[in-house]
Amino acid sequence: MAITPNPYKTTGLLGWIDDRFPLTKLWKDHLSEYYAPKNFNFWYFFGSLALLVLVNQLLTGIWLAMHYKPDAAQAWDSVEYIMRDVPWGNVLRYLHSTGASAFFIVVYLHMYRGILYGSHRKPRELIWIFGSLIFLVLMAEAFCGYVLPWGNMSYWGAQVIINLFGTVPFVGPDLVIWIQGDYIPSDATLNRLFSLHVVALPFVLVGLVVAHLIALHEVGSNNPDGVEIKKHKDPNTGIPLDGIPFHPYYTVKDIAGVGVFLIIFLGVVFFAPDGGGYLLEKPNFTPANPMSTPEHITPAWYFGAFYAMLRATPSFAGTQIWGVLVMFGAVALIFFLPWLDRSPVKSIRYKGPIFKIALALFTVSFVLLNYFGMQPPSALGTTISQIGTVVYFLFFLLMPFYTKIDKTKPVPERVTYEAH
Amino acid sequence: MKLTKAMLKISLHSLLAAATLAVAGQAFAAGGHALPYAFEPDTGNTASVRRGAANFMNYCSGCHSMRHLRYSRLGQDLGIPENLLKANLMFTSDKVGDHILSAMPAEAAKTWFGQQPPDLTLESRYRGPDWVYSYLMTFYVDPTRPLGTNNLVLPGASMPHVLWELQGLQVKSEAHAAEGEAAAAHGEAHGPQFELVAKGKLAPKEYEKFVADTVNFMTYAAEPGREHRISVGIKVVLFLILFSVLAYFMKREWWKDVH
Amino acid sequence: MSNQGVDPGRRRFLTLSTAVVGGAGVVAATVPFLASWKPSERAKALGAPVEIDISTLESGQRVTVAWRGKPVWVVRRTSEMLDGLKKVDSSLLDPESKQKQQPDYIKGEARAIKPELLVLIGSCTHLGCSPTFRPDHPAPEIDSNWQGGFYCPCHGSKFDLSGRVYKGVPAPLNLVVPPYRFASDTRIVIGEDPKGVA
Repeated sequence: MAITPNPYKTTGLLGWIDDRFPLTKLWKDHLSEYYAPKNFNFWYFFGSLALLVLVNQLLTGIWLAMHYKPDAAQAWDSVEYIMRDVPWGNVLRYLHSTGASAFFIVVYLHMYRGILYGSHRKPRELIWIFGSLIFLVLMAEAFCGYVLPWGNMSYWGAQVIINLFGTVPFVGPDLVIWIQGDYIPSDATLNRLFSLHVVALPFVLVGLVVAHLIALHEVGSNNPDGVEIKKHKDPNTGIPLDGIPFHPYYTVKDIAGVGVFLIIFLGVVFFAPDGGGYLLEKPNFTPANPMSTPEHITPAWYFGAFYAMLRATPSFAGTQIWGVLVMFGAVALIFFLPWLDRSPVKSIRYKGPIFKIALALFTVSFVLLNYFGMQPPSALGTTISQIGTVVYFLFFLLMPFYTKIDKTKPVPERVTYEAH
Repeated sequence: MKLTKAMLKISLHSLLAAATLAVAGQAFAAGGHALPYAFEPDTGNTASVRRGAANFMNYCSGCHSMRHLRYSRLGQDLGIPENLLKANLMFTSDKVGDHILSAMPAEAAKTWFGQQPPDLTLESRYRGPDWVYSYLMTFYVDPTRPLGTNNLVLPGASMPHVLWELQGLQVKSEAHAAEGEAAAAHGEAHGPQFELVAKGKLAPKEYEKFVADTVNFMTYAAEPGREHRISVGIKVVLFLILFSVLAYFMKREWWKDVH
Repeated sequence: MSNQGVDPGRRRFLTLSTAVVGGAGVVAATVPFLASWKPSERAKALGAPVEIDISTLESGQRVTVAWRGKPVWVVRRTSEMLDGLKKVDSSLLDPESKQKQQPDYIKGEARAIKPELLVLIGSCTHLGCSPTFRPDHPAPEIDSNWQGGFYCPCHGSKFDLSGRVYKGVPAPLNLVVPPYRFASDTRIVIGEDPKGVA
């Protein structure tokens, strides 16, 4: 019974494994012989940090589920049980609740990096699509998790978000009752959101992350210059001239990044887990009460921008569905970015002033939308949100035109990098 | 290149500006309107928290429960031995592992006050320590109310002024009332104008201290793990600083290969 | 890639020290996860000492109370039962209770503070079933030398009326005597050592 020896000529235990499982191959393909451009900058930390936060969420989530009760009569008490009676339970919970916000910060910055340097452009469209799906699933995951403590904000948040589906023509009201499994958000709702939060959505999320990474490692990483390092390879070795092995160079760099990130992240976890009411909302320190809505019902900060768009859209022809369509449209547009950008260059470094102005307007709009989405409704807030919504949509919808007419700078053949 | 950097700067600045706005907005939105008193709780002051616990058990626990806090946890965190705990603080139970429940039957409470007195375990996290402090400071005589008193931060409060024997009775000074409200509307923290019409057992300064102790205790009760997490946090952050410095130099050493 | 300015010693030192410090951090990070499996304050509160009144317990009878969720037996042994203890010594695995299955203040074949009052955790030392109280004897279907005791229905382990295990049965150890003290002549606190015993 001879077997074909593995091509890496490994021996011993590793050799035995390599004859049966591509361990060395995986290590080489994805780490020690994955060649990444050497000119990654600050923005490139957020990919590995997103992975770190995902692991944090999975581990702390698994552990919280060991103590939490997905039962409308017990959920609230079980959270206080975790906070007080479970040894280190408060730390596990703060790691998870702060981790949710950290996930969005890191993912938003990761996506922004993509827009800056054209990481979504050909041949990386699928990486971007997988990433957009991750963002979408993350939003669903965050919403489900937000409901679980069954505080008063959880309850009314669930009420508002589920009622968005009530705007669907004809079937809306029935759809809401079907989602809730009851006439109001109730035990049945909590139980199904729990199941989605701890089983279904994490499963999908991890699958999408794997797909995102497989696609990335198939085509190779983009870089701040937006040039393809595979165009210039060493004729003998076939290694890109501007590429360096991910391991050890980017592993050591990312580890240093992790250190700095953890100082900030764990600083919040241990010293300001409430985040001034943005990470843990004050109304959630009182149990769900279907008879009394909190004074200011605001979404989690990471949904602020999309919530502002929802509120800023007036009802028309007797239905509120337009706001819901605008909100979902804003997320859907992200998926089309690879085909909306028609610029001959990828990176903002070589793009013209029109794109830069458009991106600046988009950035300011998004931040303002996020801010006003968290504020109580006001006339000024609504006006600014309406302008912001229009700018957000125009940034995407006009992109095929303004990127085409924009004046670009010549792109260098090789990446720009100065050793220090 | 230059423009790119400027662009990034603009983006970062707008992010920072939004963060500042958010913080300012939060301060403003804290209660919808400004509270008459600001109070910074100090849960590290064990003596004060201990006095506050006694205040709570003597004056509040008749009606209000702390149904998530165990006597044993209280004793452990505040360094109160079990015999003292049982003798001085435990009025409704003889088991130290029990939660602090109120002696009042829920149904009777509803008839007396129109509602069940709320559980106060998380009150200071739900409303904020400023609010609780202001609430306890600003009961005033109001003959239009069924129990004869009203409250500045919770108008129409169904709770009577339980602490009147200590604080005495105060009336809102009409001349200054309008001024106070105008200041409140501007979002300024402004001490309300009250006139003491009947002296209490405690001098005003002593009463302030009494309330401060009580709020410190309630803040402790809302998050008993607070002091522990902060002390762990300091060690964790110091460790991470060491780790990050090492990791940074390691990165620099390896990147000498890259030209 | 040339290697100008590279110092292999420094590189090795920095890599190793970062790995060691980072590894220590990872180990420390497991503390919250592992510690959270310990009994919670709720479990501890529910497992607090229990006090029982034995004034109505008749000679030869047993009462069962729950302590930390497990059955705890209190048997008021008759003098005949106490006499029977000696007769089974030769059939027992650990007649002198050398294995630490009881607090230090529990000594002798009676394995009790007051010989007539036996306090045992009613959980078989084999796999945790709760043995049946069989004070009747002789009972040849259990053992030829049976002076009364406890018989485990799950796997046939046998214990005498002091909870001492018989030879040749699956259970390896005597039944556990929990810490307990007498609050008064008729009240036993289970889960607390007698005053003055640390």
